[in-house]
Amino acid sequence: MNWLAVKSIYRREMMRTFRTLFQSVLSPVVSTTLYFVVFGSAIGSRIESVEGIPYGAFIVPGLMMLTLLQQSVSNGSGGIYMPKWVGTIFELLAAPISWVEITLGFVGAAATKAVMIATIILITSFFFVDMRIAHPFWMVGFMVLTSVSFALLGFVIGIWAKNFEQLQLMPLLVITPLTFLGGAFYSASMLPPFWEAVTRVNPVLYLISGFRWAFFDIADVPVGASLIAVAVFLGIGLVTVWTIFRTGWRIRQ
Amino acid sequence: MAPIIRIQDLGKTYGSGTVALNGVTLDIEEGEILALLGPNGAGKTTLISTICGLIEPTRGSVTVGGFDIRSQYRQARSLIGLVPQEVLIEPFEKVGANVAYTRGLYGKPPDPAHIEKVLRSLALWDKVNARTLELSGGMKRRVLIAKALSHGPKILFLDEPSAGVDVNLRREMWALVRELREEGTTIVLTTHYIEEAEEMADRVGIVNKGRLLLVEDKVKLMQSFGRKVLTIELTEDMAELPEGLARDGLRLESGKLVYEYDTHAERSGVARLISDISAAGLAVRDLSTEQSTLEEVFLDLVEGDKAREATT
Ligand SMILES: Nc1ncnc2c1ncn2[C@@H]1O[C@H](COP(=O)(O)OP(=O)(O)OP(=O)(O)O)[C@@H](O)[C@H]1O
Ligand SMILES: [Mg+2]
Repeated sequence: MNWLAVKSIYRREMMRTFRTLFQSVLSPVVSTTLYFVVFGSAIGSRIESVEGIPYGAFIVPGLMMLTLLQQSVSNGSGGIYMPKWVGTIFELLAAPISWVEITLGFVGAAATKAVMIATIILITSFFFVDMRIAHPFWMVGFMVLTSVSFALLGFVIGIWAKNFEQLQLMPLLVITPLTFLGGAFYSASMLPPFWEAVTRVNPVLYLISGFRWAFFDIADVPVGASLIAVAVFLGIGLVTVWTIFRTGWRIRQ
Repeated sequence: MAPIIRIQDLGKTYGSGTVALNGVTLDIEEGEILALLGPNGAGKTTLISTICGLIEPTRGSVTVGGFDIRSQYRQARSLIGLVPQEVLIEPFEKVGANVAYTRGLYGKPPDPAHIEKVLRSLALWDKVNARTLELSGGMKRRVLIAKALSHGPKILFLDEPSAGVDVNLRREMWALVRELREEGTTIVLTTHYIEEAEEMADRVGIVNKGRLLLVEDKVKLMQSFGRKVLTIELTEDMAELPEGLARDGLRLESGKLVYEYDTHAERSGVARLISDISAAGLAVRDLSTEQSTLEEVFLDLVEGDKAREATT
């Protein structure tokens, strides 16, 4: 194991983030504020509370999860797609490292950035709502595991994508809709029975539900199911990455 | 001493069906400068890329420093620095950070003094905090060399180091390469410039259509394949060739006799020509010979390869 290589890749990716620090921090702050204005104030004045939680606070975990998924996937895919596109991937292939170091470096950085931004959202939301986090340890746990899993999936997308369009396709067509339909801004129990059943097929619901449980002790599905969902996402990501590098698919000619 | 790189029956067929390498066998000795010469599409880049781990070979084996490039890739690749043919470089990163990054990839702890030394030797130290996109093409190429040297490799691969580099810079680069060799680095370079191979290399390998046509000591190569041109200036300019002198390889050029002959032919015919000249009652004022260049040797070989292919 070449830890110095992991560190180098990780540091370089983080530096890439810090080069656009302003943009990286500002955009989540702005979008969170907008969500609070739109959902918290406009809708919140009608819904008031969900299962005893003020609506403004209720949407915080969903909002964080939405950002976490989007950020992990886009950072994970962009991180590896760029060197592929610019051609600098040759350095990684010629270096005395295996896919383990490459994945740890890129995915680690992508997940870190996603967690950082989700944290910024959490901090911002304290300006708007009053809340207490019931299980802080689990909250951090869910946040880290989710961002790692989706950064891995993003990483796979980045390797798979042959152009920028494909790079944007999955997040746009799959991740964002699943998050919105996964109860980011409502509880599944608020839906009519049929739609509630449909929503339960959505794997992202399990992530949001578990995350919300960590905040408020309320959940759409049992916490155990949420944990299994995270583990499954993580497993899929790991196995796919392992397969890709073992076969050299779309990497080594 | 065992060769530092041992290539055996290396073959690569791309997914598209192109046979880029067709059974290359080659030993590269420690400390030498080997120039690979060949026309566009000969397979030079494919050969280098395969040794460096960018391309999976279809068949054959390579060891670097005794380590198999597949099963012991970590040890093998640690010994290598690669400067690719194309300028592939991250545009927004600063030069110094970029070079340090490569060193890290090779598992070497940070060493600012070494990085400074490398950058200075490439006249890039004043650009250490510049972003790559602010550099000229030739500077970017030097950054790539700096990156390849950042971890102190034992073997340096330079894929067309002179492409897009001006004459001065080329000379400086050659000087650097020689310096590296003095320090014991083995250097493998590909080039289209025969002048470069002639200037730099200890040995020259000629690649064509995925095969290594030959590898030979540069001096020997030029001798054994060389033709010499003998120019004879007579006391009086000649208008036409006298009967008794006419023979293969001899022609009249602006009043001088020009005789072209094969140096490794059993008889060069030089002695015979001279005696015939004096027999014809002509007096020689001056003689000069010229060795043919590697370029001609190279073209001869590649043409010969084509001709052989046409007959089979
Ligand atoms: N990625 C690839 N996919 C398919 N074919 C390829 C690929 N790269 C190279 N080739 C083909 O393999 C052959 C050898 O190419 P290579 O780049 O090794 O030649 P080269 O000797 O380096 O040429 P040049 O002097 O132009 O750099 C060519 O026919 C080329 O078209
Ligand atoms: Mg080439």
